[in-house]
Amino acid sequence: MAYDKFDILKSTAVPLPLENVDTDQIIPARFLKATERKGFGDNLFRDWRYNADNTPKEQFVLNNPIYSGKILVGGKNFGSGSSREHAAWAIYDYGFRAVVSSFFADIFRNNCLNIGVLPVQVSAEFLQKIFSAIEADPDTMLEIHLENQVIRLLDSGEQESFQINDYKKENMLNGFDDIDYLINIKEEIRSFTENTPL
Amino acid sequence: MGTGKTLFDKVWDSHVVRNIENGPDVLFIDRHLVHEVTSPVAFLGLKNRGIKVLHPERTFATADHNTPTINQHLPVKDPLSANQLKALEQNAAEHHIPYWGLGHQKNGIVHVIGPENGITVPGATIVCGDSHTSTHGAFGAIAFGIGTSEVEMVLASQCIMQPKAKRMRININGSLSKAVTPKDVALYIISKLTTSGATGYFVEYSGEVFRDMSMEGRMTVCNLSIEMGARGGIIAPDEKTFEYIKGREYTPKGAAWDKAMTYWETLKTDEDAIFDKEVTFDGNDIEPMITYGTNPGMGIGISNGIPQAEAVEGGVSTYKKSLQYMDFNEGEAMLGKKIDFVFLGSCTNGRIEDFRAFTSLVKGRRKADHVTAWLVPGSHRVEEAIKEEGLLEVLNEAGFELREPGCSACLAMNDDKIPAGKYAVSTSNRNFEGRQGPGARTLLASPLVAAAAAVTGKVTDPRELMEPEMA
Ligand code: SF4
Repeated sequence: MAYDKFDILKSTAVPLPLENVDTDQIIPARFLKATERKGFGDNLFRDWRYNADNTPKEQFVLNNPIYSGKILVGGKNFGSGSSREHAAWAIYDYGFRAVVSSFFADIFRNNCLNIGVLPVQVSAEFLQKIFSAIEADPDTMLEIHLENQVIRLLDSGEQESFQINDYKKENMLNGFDDIDYLINIKEEIRSFTENTPL
Repeated sequence: MGTGKTLFDKVWDSHVVRNIENGPDVLFIDRHLVHEVTSPVAFLGLKNRGIKVLHPERTFATADHNTPTINQHLPVKDPLSANQLKALEQNAAEHHIPYWGLGHQKNGIVHVIGPENGITVPGATIVCGDSHTSTHGAFGAIAFGIGTSEVEMVLASQCIMQPKAKRMRININGSLSKAVTPKDVALYIISKLTTSGATGYFVEYSGEVFRDMSMEGRMTVCNLSIEMGARGGIIAPDEKTFEYIKGREYTPKGAAWDKAMTYWETLKTDEDAIFDKEVTFDGNDIEPMITYGTNPGMGIGISNGIPQAEAVEGGVSTYKKSLQYMDFNEGEAMLGKKIDFVFLGSCTNGRIEDFRAFTSLVKGRRKADHVTAWLVPGSHRVEEAIKEEGLLEVLNEAGFELREPGCSACLAMNDDKIPAGKYAVSTSNRNFEGRQGPGARTLLASPLVAAAAAVTGKVTDPRELMEPEMA
């Protein structure tokens, strides 16, 4: 599924300074019964965000009006656990375009890249700087420059570069997905298949 | 520097269709397992592009995540679940994919039925939209979980695009003590490495402990690889592996078997191969394990106390939040904690060997009155074996009932939800907040520890209930 191109993202950010945030928290299993990719944002962090009677939990960051923006900043090992792409869909559907952490779980990172959410991995120190800056001022602006692979705190100018492979970067910049690529090399795959042992 | 290749290298490299410079590999996928939850949007994607499944004969579909475990012969009550099941049935029919839905003799949890039917073979690449696909690595296959976009890729092209993982080897020599099972070995490793300790790696398990393990046990270990962040786990195939797969429905027969054997016998790590990381543990150090927190890395030997926050790697606030959710305190003993539910099942511990272990311990005892026990076989095959081997009678006598196969309380998408605030000793794989139902509190453990809890109603060391000669 095609997604919006990603170029330069300037936004405030929502802080979630917890480690090992797993995809069961991002989207609990009972919301995976859909047969279409629709409406997952409403249930993003459902059980942290709402009480059992569906009233909002005021202390949870998504319910705190002073925080907003298109960037979610999480603690180490973000997105661990279940492979459900629904977690990345929920993040995208809620309105986030990038997730920043000092460490991402593998499958989650892949899923994000496949649907147009940019995972930005920074050092533990820089992550701490971001958290501190947002804590001091919730309106702190961040800039993520994909072409240059740099994330910057706009006020202080502090910045760090991040990794992404050229292929995925090209895809994100253009809003392309892998299926287009694979369909284009169909013949190569066909001849490979003829020689597989199993 | 060694020029040898690891087992992982051998299988991966032989499946690379194209290598993209500073990008991922295009990897050919031999077998694709599909279930109802992560596939509908992928099939919708194909429809929107106007394309068909490229290799339906390499694709297998089952219903497991979202299915009831009682009265499977009746229509599924929850309309959303029913709709998702119907979608898979229709998609499978439209694309000529074998579909083993509810009630089908081959139905069961996707990672249990793959090996049972010989879909899982050494040297293959196997994917599924489920993270515990790592299970199949027990056969010397490269197997890992993928997201729905990738499910669509595989349906469309029989390939995915991923960078190759780094290689890690975990060596465990020595022998396992009494009541220490493959589940304990895995929980022990995860507690040492943490839930992110193997992220970015594909892990090969090696050493006497794994060599001596049954295929079921190897599946349990590989299954849990993902819980330390690994892309997958793999164990070199040996006589035990070939013995297990021989004669199963989808394994090669006759000349094709001989040809496959020639390939399979090459599937071991060369002596001079180099791993990016190696860790070594001693099998004799491992105790029966139990988890006390909200990720699978938060596990301890059952006779130990809950660690102090300062002694644990990672954030103190995250740790405290976790204990608060569990309503446990630092320093407390796990032994003697009252529990409310026991869940035996899942792709981690829902195979016949697990039911044998559980039954051996409850035999001649009674389920504790206040405990609700859900015993859910991983497949109809497992269910049949439980009956054929006479385990069901023993279980019934001890006050237990058997449910019908499925994922059940492992992820609680169906009605098998642990109520808020209740404690469950579970043989499944994840103790995340709410994993087994909103507010549910999960203690992960082996089938033996689950059995000991089921008959005593509290966390109990299974060794206390075992005859000395059972060692
Ligand atoms: S039993 Fe649990 S972990 Fe295994 S496939 Fe089902 S939901 Fe996933």
